Amino acid sequence: MLGDAFSEAATLILSGDPELFEILGLSIQVSLTALFFSIALGLPIGTALAISQFRGKKACVTVLNSLMGLPPVVVGLLVYLMLSRSGPLGVLGLLYTPTAMVIAQVGLITPIIGALTYQVMDDLHREYRDLFSSLKVPLAKAVPTYLWDARYSLITSVLAGFGRAISEVGAVIIVGGNIDHLTRVMTTAIALETSKGELAIALGLGIILLALALFVNALVTWVKTAGQKNAYV
Amino acid sequence: MPMSDSHNPKHSTVQVEGLSLTLGGKRLLHDLSFNTQTSGTTLIMGPNGAGKSLLLRCLHGLLEPDQGTVEFFGKPAHTQQRHQAMVFQKAVLLRRTARANLLFACQGSEARKKRIETLLSDVHLTEKADQPARLLSGGEQQRLALARALLTEPQILFLDEPTASLDPASVLIIERLIQEANERGVKTLFISHDLGQAKRLASDIVFLHKGQITEHSPADTFFTDPQSREAKAYLDGELVL
Repeated sequence: MLGDAFSEAATLILSGDPELFEILGLSIQVSLTALFFSIALGLPIGTALAISQFRGKKACVTVLNSLMGLPPVVVGLLVYLMLSRSGPLGVLGLLYTPTAMVIAQVGLITPIIGALTYQVMDDLHREYRDLFSSLKVPLAKAVPTYLWDARYSLITSVLAGFGRAISEVGAVIIVGGNIDHLTRVMTTAIALETSKGELAIALGLGIILLALALFVNALVTWVKTAGQKNAYV
Repeated sequence: MPMSDSHNPKHSTVQVEGLSLTLGGKRLLHDLSFNTQTSGTTLIMGPNGAGKSLLLRCLHGLLEPDQGTVEFFGKPAHTQQRHQAMVFQKAVLLRRTARANLLFACQGSEARKKRIETLLSDVHLTEKADQPARLLSGGEQQRLALARALLTEPQILFLDEPTASLDPASVLIIERLIQEANERGVKTLFISHDLGQAKRLASDIVFLHKGQITEHSPADTFFTDPQSREAKAYLDGELVL
């Protein structure tokens, strides 16, 4: 039975099954959009936290690190409460749309990118701080320098965020509703098809998801190796 | 026999008055005062933990002392920030090529950019200019760091053991560049444990022990007739406690 499922899954992938690739397309679209906003939020948060000094900094870092381990269903629930008709943003009518899924994923991966950025930038800041002070480098020049010099490590952090977003199921199923042709993504489709006993499409999506995870990890390794080769990490 | 007492502070290249520093509740520098008129090299010597690096960092503005004043050329040190540069014990290099590290210090100045090739040649790094800076050897990295400091055309150059554990060739190149800088009127404050180097470079020596200046003498006096018990012991290779 498992062999048949694998064979059918392979046929679905190789034949370019429209339903399967529609789900794949939406998954990538949602996760890349969420990644874009998380980078826009996470990089400045992590960088600002690393290079600034203020009371309560340690508490902020602790909170940010703790948020990395946020349970997806909790994030999904919070976003659901905000977007539901009686919630503060209910008027926007975003619940059960891809936008709601993007918001949930942003909530999940921004702390990951922010916390990893903080760790990278904190190390770099400790190394460069005296030099920048000695050379009188203004903050406006220091920040882009930190970002550029940490680029290899930051790309790794961003890819880690993407990996988390694309493979997440708990939050997107709550706020997306797993609606066919609207909010069905790979992970929610796998959960649904498995519960229905439709193993072929579940396996097909599972294989693609694994391939994506493998691709992202290979990219992380390649980026790290490229950086290490020139002592840029 | 403090050297400072007989000099007119108005003409001092470096004047330090009553400088104290406390870190983590512990006083590490105690009421340090000295001044020097020479534009050559003032060597800061003393056993490990004496506070030499802390003093240098205070003078360069990387640490804020609890009390005391620092003046360069008769002006408060903080107004002279643009005229100072520092080379650290371990070269801090950006994650880019050797040439790009120098370009970074140009801060948009075309005049500085024009000097890059000359400085690369001076530190014998022309052929390695486009290599990642952090892949250079320790000596090459330190020469690059010195070139970057000199690129900013400082009037005061702080050097925190820049030649520690370098090969003789690199030491020679660095010493030559420092002497040339001195000849151009650059004042250098240099930390070193190398007595031979001190004799070659120093015009005067500030000797620190447990965060206090126990002696400030012209170099020849320091080596032939040290005045403090601690300096004598240090020169004799004894453990200074």
